[in-house]
Amino acid sequence: MVLLQRPHILLLLIDTHQFLQCWIAFGSANEEGQQQEEFSEELLVKPLPDHKLLAHFHFQSSAPPSTSNGCHHHLFPKAISQLVQKFRVKEMELSFTQGRWNYESWGGFDPISSSNAKPPGVELWAVFDVPQHHIDASWKNLTHTLSGLFCASINFLESTATYSTPEWSFPPASGNVRYGTLPCEAVCTENLTPWLKLLPCRDKAAIALLLDRPSLYRGFYHSQRLHLTSTESSSEGIDSGIILEQTLTVVLQPNSERAIEVHASEKHVQPSWSLSSIFGKQVSGRCVLAKSSSVYLLLDRGLVAELKFPNKENGKSAANGLTSENFWSNPSFELSVNPDRIFLEESSSHSKSLSILYMFQVEKYSESEPFDIGLMWKVPVAWLCQQTPLHASRFFMGSGNERGAIAISLKSTQFTEGFMSANSKDGSCELRVDVFQVVPWYVKVYFHSLRVFVDQQPRAVSDFIEKIHVSPSKDKMSPGVMEVVLKLPCRVNTAALTIEFDKGFLRIDEYPPDANQGFDIPSAIISFPNFHASMVFLEDDSLNRSPLLSKFQEKCPVMSYTEVLLVPLTTPDFSMPYNVITIKCTVFALYFGSLLNVLQRRVAEEERFLKAKAAKKTGRLPLLLSKLSAKLRGSGINQD
Amino acid sequence: MAETKEKSLSDEKPKPRVRPIVRLGIFLISHSFHFSVVCCTAGVLALFLLPVLAKNTYISENALMPGSASPMLSNQHVSDGNRLVKDLTNPNSKSSETGIESHKIIAQYMLDLGAEVSFHKFHPQMNQFHPLHFFSSPDSGKIQENYSCSSYGINTVGIIRAPHGDGKEAIVLVTPYNALKSGFGEALSLGIAYSVFSLLTQVTWLAKDIIWLVADSQYGEYAAVAAWLREYQTPKFSSLSTPNAEMCPDVNNLFELKGHSISGSKFSNSFRRAGTMASALVLKVRDQNEQFEDTISIYAEASNGQMPNLDLINVVNYLAVHRQGLRVNVEKLWSLLNSSWLKSLGEIFESLAKVAKSLYPKWKFGIPATEYVEGTATLASSLYYQALGVPTGPHGAFRDYQVDAITLEISPKFSLDKVWRNDILLRGGRLIEGVIRSVNNLLEKFHQSFFLYLLTSPSKFVSVGVYMIAFALLIAPLPMVAASLYVDANSSSNCSKGDSSTPSAITDTDEHSIAIRSWRWLNSAKLVFIVHLWGAIVSLLPYFISQIPDCSPTTSFMIWVLLSILSLLTLNSVLASPLACAKATQEKEWALVKSVTISSVFIGLGLMSVINFATAEIGALLMVPMCLLAQPLKLDVRAGTLRSFCRMICNLVLGHIAFPPAAFFLLKGMLDGFGNANVGDFWMWVESLWAWNSATYLFIVEVTYIFSHG
Repeated sequence: MVLLQRPHILLLLIDTHQFLQCWIAFGSANEEGQQQEEFSEELLVKPLPDHKLLAHFHFQSSAPPSTSNGCHHHLFPKAISQLVQKFRVKEMELSFTQGRWNYESWGGFDPISSSNAKPPGVELWAVFDVPQHHIDASWKNLTHTLSGLFCASINFLESTATYSTPEWSFPPASGNVRYGTLPCEAVCTENLTPWLKLLPCRDKAAIALLLDRPSLYRGFYHSQRLHLTSTESSSEGIDSGIILEQTLTVVLQPNSERAIEVHASEKHVQPSWSLSSIFGKQVSGRCVLAKSSSVYLLLDRGLVAELKFPNKENGKSAANGLTSENFWSNPSFELSVNPDRIFLEESSSHSKSLSILYMFQVEKYSESEPFDIGLMWKVPVAWLCQQTPLHASRFFMGSGNERGAIAISLKSTQFTEGFMSANSKDGSCELRVDVFQVVPWYVKVYFHSLRVFVDQQPRAVSDFIEKIHVSPSKDKMSPGVMEVVLKLPCRVNTAALTIEFDKGFLRIDEYPPDANQGFDIPSAIISFPNFHASMVFLEDDSLNRSPLLSKFQEKCPVMSYTEVLLVPLTTPDFSMPYNVITIKCTVFALYFGSLLNVLQRRVAEEERFLKAKAAKKTGRLPLLLSKLSAKLRGSGINQD
Repeated sequence: MAETKEKSLSDEKPKPRVRPIVRLGIFLISHSFHFSVVCCTAGVLALFLLPVLAKNTYISENALMPGSASPMLSNQHVSDGNRLVKDLTNPNSKSSETGIESHKIIAQYMLDLGAEVSFHKFHPQMNQFHPLHFFSSPDSGKIQENYSCSSYGINTVGIIRAPHGDGKEAIVLVTPYNALKSGFGEALSLGIAYSVFSLLTQVTWLAKDIIWLVADSQYGEYAAVAAWLREYQTPKFSSLSTPNAEMCPDVNNLFELKGHSISGSKFSNSFRRAGTMASALVLKVRDQNEQFEDTISIYAEASNGQMPNLDLINVVNYLAVHRQGLRVNVEKLWSLLNSSWLKSLGEIFESLAKVAKSLYPKWKFGIPATEYVEGTATLASSLYYQALGVPTGPHGAFRDYQVDAITLEISPKFSLDKVWRNDILLRGGRLIEGVIRSVNNLLEKFHQSFFLYLLTSPSKFVSVGVYMIAFALLIAPLPMVAASLYVDANSSSNCSKGDSSTPSAITDTDEHSIAIRSWRWLNSAKLVFIVHLWGAIVSLLPYFISQIPDCSPTTSFMIWVLLSILSLLTLNSVLASPLACAKATQEKEWALVKSVTISSVFIGLGLMSVINFATAEIGALLMVPMCLLAQPLKLDVRAGTLRSFCRMICNLVLGHIAFPPAAFFLLKGMLDGFGNANVGDFWMWVESLWAWNSATYLFIVEVTYIFSHG
């Protein structure tokens, strides 16, 4: 059998190869047309303050609208385009995350963290372009399709008790949004492989080659995301087709073995790293199908401020002269490869220092001369990432199996204090905070018990809550949704929201197999609509702009997710049904037995029978026995 | 009953057959005396048989997998721990009067490992007695305005976030530490915890967050842990006292210094949390040395006889014995170990088992006599601490929040020179590591194994199904005796009536009087209720007495006694007429009163056995004989026979023994000798009991009330 099959495989290989060549030829032939399918791959590396390293892979494929190009695709994954056409998805985001984003040390204000920091497990939201009454059906089909595509239990999101309809607080503000999360979904390679299948070169070439599974999953945070925008079916004039954006964000610890051995004095020196030491692989050549493939190294604002580049004042001029060595040969660190270009951030009002972006083009390198960027730190540097205006954390209050309370506490981070005061006009500045919280139905939240504490003082709810939208949960039908817009004074130190709940009971068949683990309450989304995380880099040619950098320029509101909570519910002893059945059967048997006995018995007849028995001559032994029993009975009663 | 009697008297008609179950009931009631004697002895005997019936423990939850991974704690971590011990025992660090220096050292060490550190400042809050809060969940304590700057404690908390975990659950490691007068043991326990902590910052298998709480034990270990837990579970967002506390210079100093010296945001003075607590371990090292072996003592009893899941104890026991070669100890009543009667009882059981085995070789239930004695001593202490309802360590605070927790106390063998210290650090650390790893493996919370059990040794337990038999046997006579007394009281008056009137004429008036008579027990129920009321008042009095400032225990005890007598008199006078009436007829009706009393005791004991088995068991041991023997003294005196005289003596003795103060003095006398017993001690004891919201306290009421009948 094996021998027989072999020629087929060979043939197939040749076929695909030829097909690939055809593709490329077709792509180039179509180049004259204004729109074509494009693919670009980028990797951004950023040192983090706590000796870790952030790697952000960004793959973007775009397809022109099908009206101009038909249903045939060269680069764009067919599965996705079919999905878009079938369910008329306008926008969709699916993320698989393992681990937690550490907002305190990895920051929360930059575009990477505010769009790539996701709650643990699976998060899916989608905007549909279908009439209102069709949305739920589309959502159900979409979840099933995605579940099949990504080997995950996304299909659990189909039941109405698991997803919700945010009205206005969720960023893509639209009535057609559906939002659902699965906090306890385990994420592993089986989810990554289908995700990689969507890439034209898979993980066989260029940057995707770095995606070495063991080193990826050894990391502290791992989030793969799939963002889809389609203007295919929109009624508006502009028609840009489908844009598929696939990102993978990992936080890794460079050479952790060495970190143990270093002495206390050396502990503050950031570990040096290179791509090969982190991923165990090197980038060799480019993916031939990609329009561009490049690697970026980002030094964020705090770090740049610490490093004190010699000519920070005339930074703009230095950026123009790209050959200027000032930016990449710094006394505090050393790069192993000379960057091809250096971008400086456009000065913004948010902070004094600007971040620097080094760009390396992978195209230049080949298999014989692989690309491997490394960073050597010479002096200890310590800096802080820019944090969200308020640090949010959420926890349970109370104990016991009956009731409790959810508390969302917001603490101001000193980091943003400075520019908040700058933002204020005449001392009466306000900080707007949006809170979006979904609660499963078995946690029965009493929305009237919402209380607000500002600076450790209980305050009236109406003083600080500008807008609130509540849709109470229905048992086994829909989760409770709370959307709150808080207006806090800028000088606020701490704020807290508490809301009480009762724990519900589930039917025995509604418990999951691991019921004693507890039940998850999905993360709340805290967003700050007044603040926009964007990084605008000075570029020469806006035509040839990289998708990653243009993504950075988009003004998205600063967002953060709170922790997932685990609520222990009362769980029955699952051997109980058996006991109950046994006891019930016994009771029934006793009851029916005695009932039948009573129904059958005829008292008069029995007496007659007794009399007849007494009249009849009985044997000696029964007589003796009956006498004895009579005696016993008599004595028993006499003693009373 | 009465009807059947009448029927049998009226004519010789062949009786319809009485149902067997009813017949059995009648039989039992009529022979209630024999029945109660048999049942009571069987109950006591079953209690003594429990050590023989104890089963070996086994690890019920498969996910725990204790000891399946080889320990990763190396000498590197031990030397880290040693460094901390040295720094803490260094005389320089103790120079500060408030002990803040050593907290700073600990915090610095935690920070160097990359953990998140925060200080939790708390004001020791004495346990307040709330008479009606026996079973309510712990609430966030009252806000007290008059905090002074001098009296606060500082808990140092370090948190490791699990690298891959989702942060939903956490494991807590607690080391009590008194910075002001710490012994070497406390420093060593910190060293062990630190070496484990430093290991856990590097491992990749961590799925739950680890919280290391260095509890400031200068106001008691329990108070510190309870304060931290209160802040963790029921924080107060609106605190009026905080601004006051912020003004204290020392505290601010502490926070500021930290903020300066440490770069990064890992340190904050705000309270830090991790997820739901999966379990907690309290680690202590005893200062004085054990003579023979390195032992580790497990303390598990929390408030009101609640126990952690047996699996937690099993894991510790398994790892300590089979991996680290430590001897595991559970609290024993040492005085029982040398008692000869127990030994002879054990020998009897042993020989019985031998006989049984010779009869049928598959019967193997005997245990050696020495083992039996040890088992009984352990069982007795297990019963005692559960009945008392006072937690045996800081782990008790966790149980109030449904977190399984135990205290491990390591007592090292030799004087702690360098080699030995390293060895203890290594073995203790590996034990803790193993336990944490096992709990970390858990997918669900502890639920597989037993929550209701009594330990007879670290590896043997008696489950609820077994020990309930002894209790059921003990209280089984109560309803029988009550029923027989009731029937007696009814029928005796019935008979006297029946004699006077002709048996054939059963008129309407007679039926009416029967109806009245059948409600007569209400009268005695009223009497019982009044005495109960008095008992409740007496038991609530200490709360009000404790409000009187500057009272020595002796005087407050005196006040208590006086007030309770006074309240009895008042009750008597207020409810004089019905009481007097009842008293007049009491001689005839004592049986009815006794029956009502016994049934109420039965109900009380039954309910108590659900709430706290040990209390119910001990209570039943005291009260059941008393209830059964109780009889008015006058009747006994009048009868004048030897039997009634004996009964009278028994009554008097039992009544006095069961009166709580008397019982307390007897116990204390037996344990310490009668010389140093003091009335004030009793007050202290009671105070400690109600401070812990003990259910025992409720029970005393019951006993007091019974006594008033005796």
